[in-house]
Amino acid sequence: MSALAVKSLYKIFGNRADEAVRRLANGAPRAEALVGLPTTAAVIDANFEVRPGEIFVVMGLSGSGKSTLIRMLNGLLRPTQGSVRVDGVELTTLKPAALRRLRREKISMVFQHFALMPHRTVLENAGYALEVAGLPKAERRERAMEALRMVGLVEWADKLPHDLSGGMRQRVGLARALAAGTDILLMDEAFSALDPLIRREIQDQLLELQAELGKTIIFITHDLNEAMRLGDRIAVMRDGRIVQIGTAEEILTDPANGYVAQFVADVDRTRILTAASVMEKPQHVLDVNAGPRVAAKALRESQTSVVYVTGPMKKFLGTVTEDEVLRALREGRPNLDGYVSTERARTVTEDTAVADLFADCAESQHPVAVLDERGRLTGVIPRITLLSALAAATPDEPADAPAQDDVELVGTKGESA
Amino acid sequence: MSVPQSPLDAWLPRVPLGAWTESAVDWATGSLGPFFDAVAAVVDALVRPLSDLLTGVPAVVVVAVLAALGWWLRGWKFGLGTAVGLGLVAGMPYWEETMSTLAQVLVASVLALLLAIPLGVFIAENKRASALARPVLDLMQTMPAFVYLIPAIFFFGIGTVPGVLATLVFSMPPGVRLTELGLRQVDQEIVQAAESFGAPPWMVLLRTKLPLALPTIMTGVNQVIMLALSMVVIAGMVGAGGLGDVIMFALSQVEVGSGFEGGIAVVVLAVVLDRLTDSVGDRFPSARAQRLARQDA
Repeated sequence: MSALAVKSLYKIFGNRADEAVRRLANGAPRAEALVGLPTTAAVIDANFEVRPGEIFVVMGLSGSGKSTLIRMLNGLLRPTQGSVRVDGVELTTLKPAALRRLRREKISMVFQHFALMPHRTVLENAGYALEVAGLPKAERRERAMEALRMVGLVEWADKLPHDLSGGMRQRVGLARALAAGTDILLMDEAFSALDPLIRREIQDQLLELQAELGKTIIFITHDLNEAMRLGDRIAVMRDGRIVQIGTAEEILTDPANGYVAQFVADVDRTRILTAASVMEKPQHVLDVNAGPRVAAKALRESQTSVVYVTGPMKKFLGTVTEDEVLRALREGRPNLDGYVSTERARTVTEDTAVADLFADCAESQHPVAVLDERGRLTGVIPRITLLSALAAATPDEPADAPAQDDVELVGTKGESA
Repeated sequence: MSVPQSPLDAWLPRVPLGAWTESAVDWATGSLGPFFDAVAAVVDALVRPLSDLLTGVPAVVVVAVLAALGWWLRGWKFGLGTAVGLGLVAGMPYWEETMSTLAQVLVASVLALLLAIPLGVFIAENKRASALARPVLDLMQTMPAFVYLIPAIFFFGIGTVPGVLATLVFSMPPGVRLTELGLRQVDQEIVQAAESFGAPPWMVLLRTKLPLALPTIMTGVNQVIMLALSMVVIAGMVGAGGLGDVIMFALSQVEVGSGFEGGIAVVVLAVVLDRLTDSVGDRFPSARAQRLARQDA
């Protein structure tokens, strides 16, 4: 079962909301459909399901309706129409008291500007959810301290939020949500108010915590790089509608429409695309037990000077070259054992970002070998493949943007995340 | 009440607002008599003992206590200033009247705030009530202060009680307004945060909104006390006693000396009360937090 499911969800501000929903239901763009109606459509026909333990990112520019959307997921805003199910419980029809209990037990939230209470200490802020739940003071303290430990702020427990930097304040915001012990975390532009270096750091921290805790996180952002970095799946919103849902790679390689394509045009693809997505099938793979003659034949047929050698269970061992095969032949060896070199071909894992392949490709004499998590050879990346993959990944530039050549792409794009 | 002279004005309907008001007041005096008696008894029961206490203990004790309070809240300079100012008043012939005025101001302010703050909370939470309250508050605030004295005399006769009640009505509006303003100014994201963790409305109000609105509410408290002090002098016209009497008498007799003495006593009381209430507000943690936040910006 999904942790959270949203079906045909609408939020219309203003009068005559029903009429607005009726007009929008057939998919008409918001600007046209609502002419003459005193309404604003913030969220139009949103549908998605979030799986337990996944980071689901909703990305869109300001005014796309993402903040309204997230506030309907815990009932801070009442939907105009549609359904929100949390753990199978329909949230839209809950009475206020039941809604509050659901928030205490299932969903907590982290806010863009931290929303800490300035008159309470860091510890009191972190323990707020437990105070609301009516826990005894000692237990509250213990669990709040534990949450502060997770975000690395134990020594700051007795300070006021004012004494902390922006990044630290948001870690308190995160600790407050973690201390609540809910399975679902809503994060509304949680890192947008932080400067880039701090943002990067706290993103890493979130990913570490997530690896440990396995929460279900719905993360709102307007920053595509952040979305790509954090999201297991990403929903792209525009003008109140969700225009595409998919993994970072799916959205990059197969944008649903021109808007998404243009939106992702600026993203640093080399950080999103992985070795697995650009590698080629290795043409010349030999088992280590193959004889030198078989190797020589393979080299001759393929007109190359190197073959990749695998051992038991297809584990990658290294490469042999013409010289070594000839030597093995001369010395009358039955197989290639002892001639395999690990020096010449660098190895990378399948999920290595393309950005991190450049050095390996540059320094490797032969195409870089790509291994899966069990060390088996699954592909190779010759330099030319890397370059042409980048060229293919270069988005069709919008007419008004200057065309970029490959040199600039390789040289400068790596640092923009 | 002049008849419209121009034929152009002849069609204007005559509005006997004054007559209506009179009959309303007449009706209230007749029908609500027991109610007004009860109110009068309560106010009297509050003002008289306090006034007796303040005038009963030696002036030196009162000066010392207020100076110590000033020292504690704002530092030794203000403590010393309080001692000097009140010492000056004690040295003049109107100490008893000053203390009686202080008692009236304190009772009127406390009662005004007991009404104003809950009302402010209510209209901050309720847009329609706020729209209704606004013109009423405007009326209460802009109506010339003397006018309140007229119905007060009808309802309560001459003396301290009508003075205190007219003062209460006159001084209440800023208490209501600033409570509402303070609550509305609380950062909505913080309120949403409290709600998002499942806090019920009373908890959001008591533990989040009110503490954060407190500095503004305390400004309201301060304003109420200042208005009460200004009104209580006017209330001297209905025989409320205290410094109002002194000043009214000085005015009618054109006695510059005693008028000035009474005036100075009011000024000293005003300064002491203003600074003391001001610094009480600053001592709350939320006020400290906000001050720190301002330094940041």
